[in-house]
Amino acid sequence: MTTRPARPDAFPVDWPKRFAWIALAVYVFYALSTLDVSLDRILRGFSQAATLFGRMFPPNIAPDKVELITTGMLESLQIAVLSTFFGILLSLPLGFAAARNLSPVWLAGAARGVIAICRSFHPVIVSILFVKAVGFGALAGILALIVATMGFVSKLFAEVVEELNARQVEAVRATGASFFNVLIIAVMPQVMARFVGLTVYQFDSNLRNSTMVGIVGGGGIGAPLFTAYQRFDFDVVLTILLVIIALIMMFEMVSARIRRVFQ
Amino acid sequence: MTGTATPTRRWERFTAQERIARSVLYILTVIAVVWSLRTIDIIPEFLYDAPEQTADLFKRMWPFDWAFYPKAVHSALIETFHIATLGTILAILLALPLSFMAARNFTRNPVLRWLAQFIFVSSRSVNSLIWALIFVAIFGPGALAGVMSIAVRSIGFVGKLFGEALEEAQRGPLEALTATGAPRSMILAKGYWPQVEPAFWSIALLRWDINIRESAVLGLVGAGGIGVALDAALNNLYWDQVGLILAVIFAVVIATEIVTSFLRSRIL
Repeated sequence: MTTRPARPDAFPVDWPKRFAWIALAVYVFYALSTLDVSLDRILRGFSQAATLFGRMFPPNIAPDKVELITTGMLESLQIAVLSTFFGILLSLPLGFAAARNLSPVWLAGAARGVIAICRSFHPVIVSILFVKAVGFGALAGILALIVATMGFVSKLFAEVVEELNARQVEAVRATGASFFNVLIIAVMPQVMARFVGLTVYQFDSNLRNSTMVGIVGGGGIGAPLFTAYQRFDFDVVLTILLVIIALIMMFEMVSARIRRVFQ
Repeated sequence: MTGTATPTRRWERFTAQERIARSVLYILTVIAVVWSLRTIDIIPEFLYDAPEQTADLFKRMWPFDWAFYPKAVHSALIETFHIATLGTILAILLALPLSFMAARNFTRNPVLRWLAQFIFVSSRSVNSLIWALIFVAIFGPGALAGVMSIAVRSIGFVGKLFGEALEEAQRGPLEALTATGAPRSMILAKGYWPQVEPAFWSIALLRWDINIRESAVLGLVGAGGIGVALDAALNNLYWDQVGLILAVIFAVVIATEIVTSFLRSRIL
């Protein structure tokens, strides 16, 4: 009786991959040991968490606090609206400049450099710099979030423009349409849906961040939040957190509607 | 029959309803912008010296205080890296079971699915800095709070995207494995995993990239990492140190972007 050669294993062991997993596990233990993370500390944290949540409830809705929170939230909302609006206005030319199929190489390179700088810093860090430049208040937050908007929207808008269907543009141009006619009839319909999607997404992101810039003096709800936190008024902190979450969830529902209108 | 009455056809892209919906949205946008512009509280006195202040800012930043790097920045930078990486790993560990719970083809019970979605939404609604505030109050200042806030903030992101990837898994291999009598763990490992592995790595890398950026600011509220050094330098008005730290963060973020795009092209 002849033995046939063994069939290859259906699920062969992938040794390089296995080593990578082991290396990852070793790294985790090494990193945990350097970070002073101990079971004891985590366990103590749990009892601390119980105290914290005990002090958070019930949320504080005294009239003076409600007034403070309302003004703060409205300012955050205004920061989000204005930074999205002006950020998008600035992103349009920047996005066109960064699109490799429309602009010369040097311009696309320069625009991409600007976008990389805008993207690499967290909005909170950018707002620290603007607080120094234009002083405390909402303006610093607006400028910081304009920078964040430009970094995100113009990068993706450049990609949208690069995917543009050239045939439609050529067809409209062949009828003798002017530059702006080409833009409105051939380019706009192609990019509008994606552009609205980007805008809505960025407004959502700006709304979340406009609640944060106040921690470093950029205006909005962040300042009352951080003050309440530092004074251990955890019941006020909870109220503010609940209002922020409610606002963001509300907008998430609205944004789905807006997207559908522009599809 | 006159033969001249050709029907006049108007071609329209949008129905009347679509037109109205769009117009309403445009008008609402204009109202929101105008309302914000008119009521926002901007102090004009601060604006007069903005150019001088900005020039002053850069003058004070340059030259960087290079001696500060080995003293405090390097160790803080390593800590930031650990916070982002460990936070991402912990987030993935916590999000994996939840994303199975949220996937329609794996979990039949709508209550469980709804619960998973609820956890994702609450994780994403709260900014990582706010999570850091909460965890600093719980675990005290330090890297542990940073890891926890990065992890909790990332659960929603990872879980939502990975859950959607699971829902797109082909049913054929799963049914074939089920037919052989494979236990549920084997269906997971040999049925689902090979199908969703590329999506898994791309989600993990994307979130790690984001978390490196986010962990740089957590120190501003005491959650460890390079933000602590930044906060100290800012409070002391040592702008040359601030400049150095910002340059270091910029370099790290660019390096991370290069590494992730390299890994993405290798793995996917």
